[in-house]
Amino acid sequence: MTTSRFLYVTYIRTTPEKLWEALTKPEFTRIYWHGVTHVTDWTPGSDWKLVFADGRVADSGSIVEAEPPHRLVIAWQNQFRPELAAEGVSRCTIEIAPQGETVRLQVTHEIDADPSKFIEAVSGGWPAILSNLKTLLETGAPLPMANEAPKD
Amino acid sequence: MDADPVFKALADPARRALLDSLRLRGGQTLSELMQGHAMSRQALTKHLDILEAANLVVSERRGRERLHHLNPVPIQEIADRWIGRFQAGPLRALADLKKSLEDQDDDH
Repeated sequence: MTTSRFLYVTYIRTTPEKLWEALTKPEFTRIYWHGVTHVTDWTPGSDWKLVFADGRVADSGSIVEAEPPHRLVIAWQNQFRPELAAEGVSRCTIEIAPQGETVRLQVTHEIDADPSKFIEAVSGGWPAILSNLKTLLETGAPLPMANEAPKD
Repeated sequence: MDADPVFKALADPARRALLDSLRLRGGQTLSELMQGHAMSRQALTKHLDILEAANLVVSERRGRERLHHLNPVPIQEIADRWIGRFQAGPLRALADLKKSLEDQDDDH
């Protein structure tokens, strides 16, 4: 079966440790993730959930790998749109590597479906999240964003 | 953000066509990109180098081949710079005003 695979890369003036913290601490993620919260303890084998502000579960899965502050792999399945959930479990790999005075952050999202409606959906979200995360880490203030929780 | 390489990379129609092609189908090899675009391997490599330097294309090695992906994050950063910040400025100004007013109250 063919795979849909998308990469997102940004360079942030920060340290791998601060970036890891921004990726995993709810007080940070809530700010740049359009109001959704990650619910997990970020240890391999643990459950992972992405929850809307109103409590509905957007996506769920588990932590596959976690090597702070370098690498995070999440088994990720959509839960709120049946046509996306039907495509099964995707794999999201987050890689952090120092590069000069910046840190290179790469998010790879892939799923065994081509074309993939799920990947199409997340491909609109990741650039905004990463740009917002960069702004948060470099200036200490995120961009104001509309709450993008979808309607049923 | 250093936006100059992004604007320079986007200024060329051939490079925008390459981005369009990678948007439609990610992970293309050099040979696949050559088939869809009427240019020499040398010209294609040069364009891809400029796109990679601007972080608009990210490539990864798979065996003997190199797969190319569109990376839209720098374009989002440009949009946020002129659209998102438009709102951020007044909001921060209000927050700063509130803080300075409250600090004055503390002095009394």
